Amino acid sequence: MNEPIFEGLSLAEIREINAEMSHYENKTAVSIEALKIVQKHRRWVSDQCLIAVAELLDISPAQLEGVATFYNLIYRQPVGKTVIHYCNSVTCWMLGSDQVGESLCRHLNVELGEMSADGEYTVLPIVCLGACDHAPVVMVGNELKFDITEDAVNEILGR
Amino acid sequence: MARIEIDGQPYDVLDGNNLLSACLSLGLDLPYFCWHPALGSAGACRQCAVIQYKDAEDKRGRLVMACMTPVADAMRISIAAEQARQFRSDNIELLMTNHPHDCPVCEEGGECHLQDMTVMTGHTFRRYRGLKRTHNNQNLGPFINHEMNRCIACYRCVRFYDDYAGGKDLQVFGMHNNVYFGRFEDGALENEFSGNLVEVCPTGVFTDKTFSAHYARKWDLQTAPSVCAHCGLGCNTAPGERYGELRRVINRYNGEVNGYFLCDRGRFGYGFVNSPKRILKPRLDDQEISADAAESHFRQLLKAGKPAIGIGSPRASLEANFALRTLVGEENFFLGLEDTEHILLNTIVELMRHGGIHSPSLREVEQADAVLILGEDVTHSAPRLALSLRQAARNASFDLAGSLHILPWQDAAVRNLENQAKSSVFIASICATRLDDVAANTYRGSPEDIARLGFAIAHCLDESAPAPAALGDAEQALAVIIADNLKQAKRPLIVSGTSCASLDVIQAAYNVAKALPATDKQLMFTVPECNSLGLAIMGGASLQQAFERIGTGLADSVIILENDLYRRVPGPELDRFLETAAHVVVIDSLENKTTAQAELQLPAATFAESEGTWVNNEGRGQRYFPVYPATDPVRGSWQWLTSVMENSQWRHHDALTAACASAFPDLAAIVQAAPGADYTVKGSKIPRQPHRYSGRTAMHADIKVSEPGQPHDPETPFAFSMEGDTGHVPPALLPVIWAPGWNSNQAINKFQQQTGGHLRDGDPGVRLIEAAGTLDWFGDIPPTFRPEQGRWRIMPLPHIFGTEELSGQSPAIAERLPAFCVLLNFLDAETLGVDSGDPVEISSLLGISILKIPVQIEPTLPRGLLGITAGLPAFQSMKTWTQVTVKKVNQEDRL
Amino acid sequence: METLAKPLTKNIRPDRAFTTLADYESTGGYQGLRKALAELQPKDVQQWVKDAGLRGRGGAGFGTGLKWSLVPLDDLSQTRYLVANADEMEPGTFKDRMLLEQDPHQLIEGMIIAAYAIQAQKAYIFLRGEYHVAKFRLEQALLEAKSKGYLGEHILNSAFNLEIVLHTGAGRYICGEETALLNALEGKRATPRAKPPFPLVSGLWGKPTVVNNVETLCNVPHILHYGVEWYQGLARGVDKGTKLFGAGGRVKHPGLWELPMGTPIREIIEQHAGGMRDGYKLRGFLPGGASTDFLLPEHLDVVMDFEAVAKAGSRMGTGVIIVLDDKTCPVRMVLNLEQFFAQESCGWCTPCRDGLPWTVTLLKDIIAGKGRIEDLDTLAGLTRMLGPGNTFCALAPGAVEPLQSALKYFRADFERYIAMERA
Ligand SMILES: Cc1cc2nc3c(=O)[nH]c(=O)nc-3n(C[C@H](O)[C@H](O)[C@H](O)COP(=O)(O)O)c2cc1C
Ligand code: SF4
Ligand code: FES
Repeated sequence: MNEPIFEGLSLAEIREINAEMSHYENKTAVSIEALKIVQKHRRWVSDQCLIAVAELLDISPAQLEGVATFYNLIYRQPVGKTVIHYCNSVTCWMLGSDQVGESLCRHLNVELGEMSADGEYTVLPIVCLGACDHAPVVMVGNELKFDITEDAVNEILGR
Repeated sequence: MARIEIDGQPYDVLDGNNLLSACLSLGLDLPYFCWHPALGSAGACRQCAVIQYKDAEDKRGRLVMACMTPVADAMRISIAAEQARQFRSDNIELLMTNHPHDCPVCEEGGECHLQDMTVMTGHTFRRYRGLKRTHNNQNLGPFINHEMNRCIACYRCVRFYDDYAGGKDLQVFGMHNNVYFGRFEDGALENEFSGNLVEVCPTGVFTDKTFSAHYARKWDLQTAPSVCAHCGLGCNTAPGERYGELRRVINRYNGEVNGYFLCDRGRFGYGFVNSPKRILKPRLDDQEISADAAESHFRQLLKAGKPAIGIGSPRASLEANFALRTLVGEENFFLGLEDTEHILLNTIVELMRHGGIHSPSLREVEQADAVLILGEDVTHSAPRLALSLRQAARNASFDLAGSLHILPWQDAAVRNLENQAKSSVFIASICATRLDDVAANTYRGSPEDIARLGFAIAHCLDESAPAPAALGDAEQALAVIIADNLKQAKRPLIVSGTSCASLDVIQAAYNVAKALPATDKQLMFTVPECNSLGLAIMGGASLQQAFERIGTGLADSVIILENDLYRRVPGPELDRFLETAAHVVVIDSLENKTTAQAELQLPAATFAESEGTWVNNEGRGQRYFPVYPATDPVRGSWQWLTSVMENSQWRHHDALTAACASAFPDLAAIVQAAPGADYTVKGSKIPRQPHRYSGRTAMHADIKVSEPGQPHDPETPFAFSMEGDTGHVPPALLPVIWAPGWNSNQAINKFQQQTGGHLRDGDPGVRLIEAAGTLDWFGDIPPTFRPEQGRWRIMPLPHIFGTEELSGQSPAIAERLPAFCVLLNFLDAETLGVDSGDPVEISSLLGISILKIPVQIEPTLPRGLLGITAGLPAFQSMKTWTQVTVKKVNQEDRL
Repeated sequence: METLAKPLTKNIRPDRAFTTLADYESTGGYQGLRKALAELQPKDVQQWVKDAGLRGRGGAGFGTGLKWSLVPLDDLSQTRYLVANADEMEPGTFKDRMLLEQDPHQLIEGMIIAAYAIQAQKAYIFLRGEYHVAKFRLEQALLEAKSKGYLGEHILNSAFNLEIVLHTGAGRYICGEETALLNALEGKRATPRAKPPFPLVSGLWGKPTVVNNVETLCNVPHILHYGVEWYQGLARGVDKGTKLFGAGGRVKHPGLWELPMGTPIREIIEQHAGGMRDGYKLRGFLPGGASTDFLLPEHLDVVMDFEAVAKAGSRMGTGVIIVLDDKTCPVRMVLNLEQFFAQESCGWCTPCRDGLPWTVTLLKDIIAGKGRIEDLDTLAGLTRMLGPGNTFCALAPGAVEPLQSALKYFRADFERYIAMERA
């Protein structure tokens, strides 16, 4: 039963992707959603998964890659268990987001986009998270954290 | 028509057009990148900016993109206004910020649209001091180079490749100023029209790999108008030569035939001209001899003994075939076609002459509003036609767009309607085709069943058309659907041809066309070779009849014109024939199995070194001209043949053409295909070398320091030199497309009535046959095909890169040959206990082993058929429709 | 009366995380919908909204009723779509998130009424992918609405059917541009589409489509419920209704407030945001998000109305103010903004794709002391080049607004960097 039908995707992923299809006029429309579903299960989209999704949606891998590489929330490289997005847009920048980013990277000993040695974290900049009244802001996984200070960084990283 | 004012001058322009196209059609200069007449407007590059004024009072106006602005009566615009000029110049400056400025080492240099447009805008000074972003390139296979750093992101490549040609593997990746046009991973571009990227890309990202190995500037190439030698469609080409080598083939615009595009076979198939297999010296019994000796031997051989027979060729010109026919006499002239093909071509000619249904040009194909393809995989049998049919499939979108006031050139907007507008293209074929993605419905069957479906459709359309007996329910239902669609169409088109080797299919196609109610209906047949139709029009007996004639002793020598007969009939039969013949003379350009059997081999010029007339499948006579002189003693076939004639009146090509024209009423118009050798422009011949041709005095200095005189060309209106006027040359004689300021092929807009339309003085070529009369229904309907247990029928399937003889000799094409395998239905494979990749042994019904070969499972192939790639040497001993047995090769005796 | 003065935020209370269906209904929720379905024809709803004077809150301020009235309604069998633009990503803007997270039913009701007005059978919420809380709340709310018969077949026993699909994006600011948004919804690269044809005629999958901002749609139920006159009476200026205004940066109390249209900017910054933090002075501000022109303290008395802000040389945009203090370098601030825009350019048209990175290079050079005085002309030239009408969509013209105004108002700061190099 748990046999993957398309090499590279689990049955659960296929089910979720297929479920999305009913909401749109055609399969292509599910492209982004499908990539996000894969990502939900595996954190990132490998070549193999991308090819499998393309096959499921009846489009070419190149077409899907064209979509995948357009959007910044689709990761085509491995990322840590938790992705920490720190906002680097104007208000947060004014209130110190550069330092927040630096501090996160320094604590984890990584460059932006790199996975921490323990596979736990990846730090990425992101555009305005719509919480400028609490700048600087970071998003840890799916959760927004407000008014970030050096202490807050430590807290986020559990140190 | 709309009257508009451009920089104070009134002009009349076509209503519904966009301003950019209108300006270019008027002959005005306005730079652009993303727009292309065949692709429509994208509005991406922002290069075509002009100022539009509200009214006469408005002095400031506003900047608009000409390509995105529909013309409207009383519109006022300015191209020259400083604000617009400055914008265009600044825009180029932006496009060039990341450009590598590697023009000196770029194959595109000197015919680069980016260079032209940069100069046109007056941008001369670079202010950008930042770093340039760089990209990695990909290996895109044997045809196309990839140099992404030269990209200006005009999006033309993907708009052509994906949207226009239906490709899937070239895409745009990334975003902002890091957009990348390429494949998911390295590998050959899959689409059969990839070569057009070379011309569609306005800069040097996609260049011709076969050319770039040894490229020369456009102005250093010698060029003459030519016609593609590699299928029956006759796309117009402009081959270029340097140092006695053919360096490349590019598209030559013909508004009725190929428009802007060629297929990859046509573009990259030229390599055979430079092949080491070229026959460059006459040989007698395998010994090189002089041209004089060859001529006199040839003459003697014709005088001595019994009459000689001549075997013509569907890839030789009308003139060469006619010369042979004249030399040996009508009764001794044979077309060189095997029986089945002979009958098919004769039938096609008969239908074109008397069937009363118009045979369309490719431009007309694109206008069709419903299409039925019967028995052809056109991408493989007549590739450029597939591209036209792909456009025809969009006509419903254009209609829907029209009802929403979306103009046809508003490309993305029209494409956005595609999923609402149903295609009316129907395909009945042996197995899956490359056009299936745009088909409303497809049908797979044996040739008999394809024909039966056709007969059924005809009967649905017109009850008086005979109906097939015992038609299956599914077929009947499909016939009704297709008939309904065709019935409603205003410009329905039926496409069929010789691929199925089935007369039934061709007759069924005629019945359908005849039954169509529309007056504006069309019937197109594809034919395999560049002069198949011309040869059939000329008429003559078949190859088998030639064998009989030698066999009965009425003749003893054989002259074979440009025809490898081993490709047409089984080897043993042919061996016997050639052994029986007293003397065998072969005139050809490349060594092959037939030339190996010749007593006398005469080296023939290829299309690139000779002249002639071919008739394409539409029935259009087209002249091609030598691009460069054949190296002595290589000659045009017609020259070898006329050199030994008693009567010397046909020693000139024009005279031969004229004689051929007067001998055959259907060919009467070929003299009008192009002006004759006496045509001059302002008293001189037309130069094949551009006026900037360099190195003429020095290019052979390593051999001889004195400058050789230019070779003469008494046969054509062209000179092998750079002197002469190119100011006003008739379209059929346009060697290079060039206009002041326009060094790339895009200069073509200076020669068109409207951009993308007909050439100013008419498109080259002359229609020879216009359909007249009508014929009776065909009523000989075959029974349905029933596979016999344990037996398979050989079904050769054309392949764009495998099937045609000469292109297959080109190194780049040779790299793209289809896999060596036979196709089998999966149920048949199951019966045999084989899987894809497993070898099988094919044997004749007598149990003689023919071939061991891997299997490839093709789910769409009907049961009982064994699909092979037509034309591959390995399959030469397998005749269409013969029955064979197939068995699994055991592990022990694997290949 | 307080609730009626702040219709958009009346349900948003510090004492609860969000408004449930019951909470929403208890303050008149879904009454507007009931009225529309029971008493009004689609054309009437359009007229009400037109008469109310509601203008789009997505930034451009196009008349909402007018937009709806341009959708062809003649062919009733045709599919039409409504899309709620919840892609809020304009730097410095944080208004839609509050509406989405804390009162999802308000949006849903607005959407149902809007869909009824244009006779759309299907609607999408295009939610930015990072708004996880909003996603969760909307999912819940959609289920609630469906179970109470506000969504689905025969809504409130009328003949009207509607399905709302929640779609979450995968990033990219350009997805907020309405035609790029449609491409994103179709699963394609989010490059904008040429106009014409407008989405109203040929939008999602080629069908007539209306795209409205979240806040715009949230206004609709109240217009229907309380009437046109009431709505018009809310405003203090020319434009009608209330709006979410906000302020971010070094003000004492950054935040968001529902205020009448036509509220003076001074009131927002000095009263509601409490003025500048101690030790900081107001140097200037972007009145409506990253893509609006700087204004100076001298413009504090400009009122938040589309025309009034335009007359002062900027745009009301999203109405959320980004405050520049005297200790933040305007040149560096502009660099941050242009980096954002250069990065978010979709890559389709030349001036934006290649022009914005050049502004970034030049600004970086200038800040690094490698600038030349003529670079300021180059920058100014680029802002003109990327202006309205010259590029394929409105991203680039918006992108150069802060730059062009900074060159005007803060030229001395640029020159100081350049002079530093000389010294
Ligand atoms: C680059 C760009 C980004 C935009 N982003 C948003 C956005 O995030 N949310 C939004 O509602 N409108 C955005 N817009 C405006 C929309 O294109 C559109 O005008 C709006 O959604 C229409 O809704 P309205 O009439 O209700 O204001 C953006 C426009 C541009 C040019
Ligand atoms: S379609 Fe045929 S004639 Fe045209 S380029 Fe290709 S091979 Fe040549
Ligand atoms: S040709 Fe007009 S914008 Fe590209």
